[in-house]
Amino acid sequence: MSAPNKSYDPVEVEALKPEEIERMRDEALAAFAAADSLDALQEAKVAHTGGTSPLALANREIGALPPQAKAAAGKLVGQARGAVNKGLAARQTELEAERDARVLVEEAVDVTLPYDRVPAGARHPLTTLSERIEDVFVAMGYEVAEGPEVEAEWFNFDALNIGPDHPARGEADTFFIEGPDGSGDSGVVLRTHTSPVQIRSLLDREPPVYVICPGRVYRTDELDATHTPVFHQVELLAVDEGLTMADLKGTLDHMVQSLFGEGMKTRLRPNFFPFTEPSAEMDMVCYVCRGESVGNPDRPCRTCSSEGWIELGGCGMVNPKVLTACGVDPEKYSGFAFGFGIERMLMFRHNVEDMRDMVEGDVRFTRPFGMEI
Amino acid sequence: MRVPLSWLREYVDLPATQTGRDVQAKLISAGLEVETVEQLGADLKGPLVVGQVLTIEELEGFKKPIRFCTVDVGQANGTGEPQEIVCGARNFAVGDKVVVVLPGAVLPGGFAISARKTYGRNSHGMICSSDELGMGDDGTKGIIVLPPETEVGKDAVELLELVDEVLDIAVTANRGDCLSIRGVARETATAYGLPLRDPALLDVPGPNAFGYPVEVSDRIGCDRFTARTVTGLDPEARSPIWLKRRLQKVGMRPISLAVDITNYVMMELGQPLHAYDRGLVQGTIGVRRAEEGEKIATLDGVTRTLHAEDLVITDERGPIGLAGVMGGANTEIADHDSTENGANASTEVVIEAAHFDQVSIARTARRHKLSSEASRRFERGVDPAAAAAAAQRTVDLLVLLAGGTAEAGVTEVVAPSAPHTITVPADHPDKVAGVVYGRETVVRRLQDVGCDVYGQDELIVTVPSWRPDLAEANDLAEEVIRLEGYENLPSTLPKLPSGRGLTHRQRLHRRVGRALAGAGYVEALNYPFLSEQVFDQLGLDADDPARRVVRLVNPLSDEEPALRTSLLPGLLGALRRNDGRGSHDLALFETGLVFLPLEEQGVAASLPVDRRPTGEEIASLGAVLPGQPRHVAVVLAGAREQAGWWGKGRPADWADAVEAARAVARETGVELIIRKGQYGPWHPGRCAELAITVDGAERVVGHAGELHPRVVKALGLPARTSAMELDLDALEQVGDGTPQAPSISTFPVATQDVALVVEEYVPAADVETALREGAGELLESIRLFDVYENAEQLGEGRKSLAYALRFRATDRTLTVDEASAARDAAVALAAERMGAVLRG
Repeated sequence: MSAPNKSYDPVEVEALKPEEIERMRDEALAAFAAADSLDALQEAKVAHTGGTSPLALANREIGALPPQAKAAAGKLVGQARGAVNKGLAARQTELEAERDARVLVEEAVDVTLPYDRVPAGARHPLTTLSERIEDVFVAMGYEVAEGPEVEAEWFNFDALNIGPDHPARGEADTFFIEGPDGSGDSGVVLRTHTSPVQIRSLLDREPPVYVICPGRVYRTDELDATHTPVFHQVELLAVDEGLTMADLKGTLDHMVQSLFGEGMKTRLRPNFFPFTEPSAEMDMVCYVCRGESVGNPDRPCRTCSSEGWIELGGCGMVNPKVLTACGVDPEKYSGFAFGFGIERMLMFRHNVEDMRDMVEGDVRFTRPFGMEI
Repeated sequence: MRVPLSWLREYVDLPATQTGRDVQAKLISAGLEVETVEQLGADLKGPLVVGQVLTIEELEGFKKPIRFCTVDVGQANGTGEPQEIVCGARNFAVGDKVVVVLPGAVLPGGFAISARKTYGRNSHGMICSSDELGMGDDGTKGIIVLPPETEVGKDAVELLELVDEVLDIAVTANRGDCLSIRGVARETATAYGLPLRDPALLDVPGPNAFGYPVEVSDRIGCDRFTARTVTGLDPEARSPIWLKRRLQKVGMRPISLAVDITNYVMMELGQPLHAYDRGLVQGTIGVRRAEEGEKIATLDGVTRTLHAEDLVITDERGPIGLAGVMGGANTEIADHDSTENGANASTEVVIEAAHFDQVSIARTARRHKLSSEASRRFERGVDPAAAAAAAQRTVDLLVLLAGGTAEAGVTEVVAPSAPHTITVPADHPDKVAGVVYGRETVVRRLQDVGCDVYGQDELIVTVPSWRPDLAEANDLAEEVIRLEGYENLPSTLPKLPSGRGLTHRQRLHRRVGRALAGAGYVEALNYPFLSEQVFDQLGLDADDPARRVVRLVNPLSDEEPALRTSLLPGLLGALRRNDGRGSHDLALFETGLVFLPLEEQGVAASLPVDRRPTGEEIASLGAVLPGQPRHVAVVLAGAREQAGWWGKGRPADWADAVEAARAVARETGVELIIRKGQYGPWHPGRCAELAITVDGAERVVGHAGELHPRVVKALGLPARTSAMELDLDALEQVGDGTPQAPSISTFPVATQDVALVVEEYVPAADVETALREGAGELLESIRLFDVYENAEQLGEGRKSLAYALRFRATDRTLTVDEASAARDAAVALAAERMGAVLRG
C-alpha cells in the first residue's frame, strides 16, 4: 500500500471516476460470467480481484486523495469490489455445482467390483463355540480352568471314583502312554475327559469352587462321520455349601437359554457315572422345532430326528467320594458337575453333517465361521 | 439287555393298552436307558400255519437241489387239499411238521407271498426258515422243523410268538440287577405303581448234608455256592418253542435243552448258572485261586494259562471252570445232537449257582479278554440271595422239560454276612435335590426300591440284596429323587462369588487366535499323533531333542504311535490336504499343546482316594508327566495377496512367516529378537531364529521362514511353503500385557530420508538399531522404505537401505539444523558400527 499522499494533485487522480469504477466492475463480472471452468474462474479471479487487478489498484489510489474525497471514493470502490466478490462467489458456486454434476460422475467406479486381495482368515468353530460357552459361565462368575492332556491315571480315574477295577474304567477307550520300559504301566494316559481338571481345581483352591473346564480329550474311536478319537469337551464344576440338584438344573437351563435363546429348557434323566451321585443324562429341548415335530409326520425335524429333545451330555451331584479324595469335607460341602462334547453341539447348532469336516482343517469349512460364533 | 414285553408282562400286570413305547418312556424317566423298542413281526401278515409234509419229489436238472413238496395245512388254505410248494431247503423229511406261509401273506421286510411258477412247477407258498420269519438264529440254518405233536393247520404266528415288542436297554455299570427280566420288571412295577410277581420267590428246600460235595477254600472270592443234582434226563428232550423263542428274543442262540434252561434262568433272574455233566466231574467240586501257570481249556475251545489271582472251579483233577466267567471243556454237558448217536449224551447234571467277588471276576475277564454273559453280570453285581432260587428254578425246568428227577441233596456253602445298612438323615434327599419331599415320601420310595427303613429323623436303611450299588447316603437320595421324577426338579441358580474373568494366559490365547485370523490365517485343529518318520522328512538332526517323543501303547494306527513335539507335521498335513482339494492359496494356523518327554521317565503312582493326597504325592504325579507347552504355528503357500483388478498378486514367502511371529509377539507384549538362524525344516538362507530375553539371558523360542526345498519335496508340499512355530507359553511368561501410553507431541514433525550402502550380509535390523541409537531421543520413528541392490551403482556385494527418519521434540518446533544434526549422528553411528556409507 502506498503511503499517504501529502502533496496530491486531484487533477491527476482520474482513476477514481465513477464511470471508470463501474467499467472495472462490469468487466470483472463479465469475465466471471465468461469463465466456463473452475480453472478459468480462478484466472479471472486473479485478474479482477488480485493484488494487481484494476480495482485493487484503484483502491490504492484512495489514499492519495484529499481527505474530503476519500469517503466518497472509498464507498464507490468498496461497493464495486463487494459486487465483484459476490459475483465471483456466485459463479464459483455455479461452476462447482456443474463440476459436481459432471466431473464426479466421470470419476465414478463400479463399486460392485470384488475385493479378495487378502481373503479373510477364521478361527475354528470348535474354538469359538467353546469360548462362547466359557463366556456364558465367566459372566456368571465362573473361572476357566485348564490342565494337561497327558494326565496321570489318578487324576483321570481314581480320584473320580473310577477305581482300577471299576467296569467304567475298562469302557473308557483309553489311550495309554508307554512307560519307561516300553510297557503300558506308566500310570499315565491321554485324558479321556476334562474331569481331571475338576480334580486339579479342587486341589488348587479352597471352596467355594466354581470352574469351567474346556479342553481336548482322547478316546480310541476310529474317525468316522460321527466319531473322532480327539474331541473337545466343556465340563463344569461347582462346589459350595448347600448346592442342590435344582441348582444344577437351573445352571443348565441358563446355559441353553444363553446359547439357544429364550424359552429353552433342559431335561434330566437318571443315569450312572462313578463321579456323580445322583447322576443324570441331560437333554435340551430341540431349539429348531421346540418339540413341535414329535408325533407330527407333516413337520419332521432333522435336528432332533423328531424326538423333540437333543441329548447334551452327563451331569449330576459330585460324588462325596470325589470330594473326599480332594480333601473337601462332604459333610459341609456339596457340588454339581456336568460335561458335554463341543463337536456334538457344533453339529446340531450349525448343521455340520460329518465329524470329519471338523478335523480335516479344510479352509472351505472353517472360513464361514469367522471370528465369533 | 433285551427285554420282550410279553415276558415282562408275566411279572407285572401292565394295562393291556400300554405299548412298548409307553413302557420305554416310563423306564427312561425312572433311569433305564431304553435305547430302542424293536417291533417284532410288525409287518408280518398271515396266513402262516403249521403244515405236515406229505410228499417230497426231488427235481432234477437245476443248479441246486430243489424239492417239490405237498404239505397238509388242514383247513388253513380253505380247501383242505394238500398245498403244493417248491422248496430249496433239505433239512426236513416226509412227516415233519413245518411252518408254511400261504399266498396273500407278507413276511417281515415286506416280502409278499403269492402263487408263482418256479423250477417248472407251481408253488403255492413257502416252507419257512427262522430267518425268513425274523426270529433270529435258531442254530439249524435251515427251515424250522416243529415238534411232532404240533397241531396241523394251527396259526404259526401265535405258536411261534412272532409278534412282540422288545425293549433294548443299555444297562449302566451300577445296575447289574437290571441285566435280568426280574430287575427290569421290578423297575417297571415301581414306575407304574403296580405289584411285582417276583420270579425268585420260590419254595427252596434247605441245605442238607447229602448234596454234591463242594469245598470253597476262598470265601472272599466266593461267598456263596449252591449245588443241585438232577438225574435221569431224557437225552432226546428238546427245548420247547416258547423257551427257544424267549432266548432268541433276548438275543441268545438256543443250543441244547440243559444249556438253554441255564441261560433262560440267568435271563429271568440274573443269576449266572453252570451245568456240569456229573459223569465227567471227578470228586469234590472246589473253589480256589489258580496256581500261577495252571491251564484250562474253556468252552470256547481256547486253552488259557491262569494267573494266581484267577478264581477257578476244580474237581480232583484240577480246574474245570473259570469261576463266573466260563466253564471248562472237560465237564461240558452234551446233548443227543452233539454226540454220535447220542451215546454220550448227559443224563445227570450238577447245577452250580454261585456268587463271586465282583473285582475278582472283572480282573479275570479283563486279563483273559473274555467277557461272557456271566462275567458281565458278576462284574456289575448279582443278587447273592437269589442263588438258591435260581438253582431251584433250573432244577424245576429240567424236571419239567427233560423228564429229570431232582435229587434230594442240596449243597449250600455260604460265607456269613450281614445285610448292608445305611444311616441317613430323613431330609438328606431333600438337601441333595433342593426339594422338600418329606420323610413319608422318602421312606415310601426307599421301600419301593426294596429297602427296609426304620427310624424317624435319622433313617436306618437296609438295602435289598439285589442292589449292591446302594452303598452311600447319596445313592439312596438318588433313588428317591429319580422315583419322584427328575423332571419335577425346580430350576434355581446358586449365588456365586464374583469372578475375575479370564486369566492372562487365556486372554492371550484368544488374542493370538484373533490376530492371526485377522491377518488372513485359518485355524486348523490337527490330531497330535505322528509317525517318527516325519522327523526325517523334516530334516531334523539325529540328536535333535524334538525327536524324543511320548509314545502310545495302543495307538489307533501303528504308523502313528507318537505324540507331536511340534505343530508343523499336523499343520503341513492340513496344508497338503487343502492343496490336494484345490485350495492353493493357503494360510493356516494352529495353537495347541506339544508333548516333550522328561529326561528320565517315571511311573505315576496310584494315590489313595480316601483322603486328600499330600503336596508331595501330588507333586510326584506332576513329576512324571511330560512337558506340555502350548505352541502356535502358521504355514503358508500359494498367493498371500491375490492378483485382481487392483493389480498384481504377491506370493506368500518367508517374510509373511516372520511377520506372523511378530504379530504373535505384539499380542504378548514381548520384544521378539529376530535374527538369522538355521534349523532342520527351514531353508538355510531363509530362516529366522526367534528369541526372547528371559532374566537377562536370550532363549530361542521358535523359527520362521521358508521351508527347506528338501522338506517341501519329502512332504509333498507346494513349492516355497513357509512356516513359523513359537512356544507361546514361553512368550506368555515374559510378556507384559500392560501397554504404556506414549506422550504425544503436537509440534511439527521434521522428516529426513537417508540411503545407506552396506555390505550385503549386514542385517537390516542391526543398521536400524545403530540409526536409532545414533539419532537420540529426537527420533520419533524410523522406517525402512527401500532395499536396493545394483552392482554397477553400488559395487559388488553391497546393498542400499533407504530409511525415512521422523524427528520431533516434545517442547518445541525443531529447526532444520537440529533435525539434520540428529540425522548426521544417526548416520555416523551406522557408519562406525556397520561401515555404512551415506549414498549421494
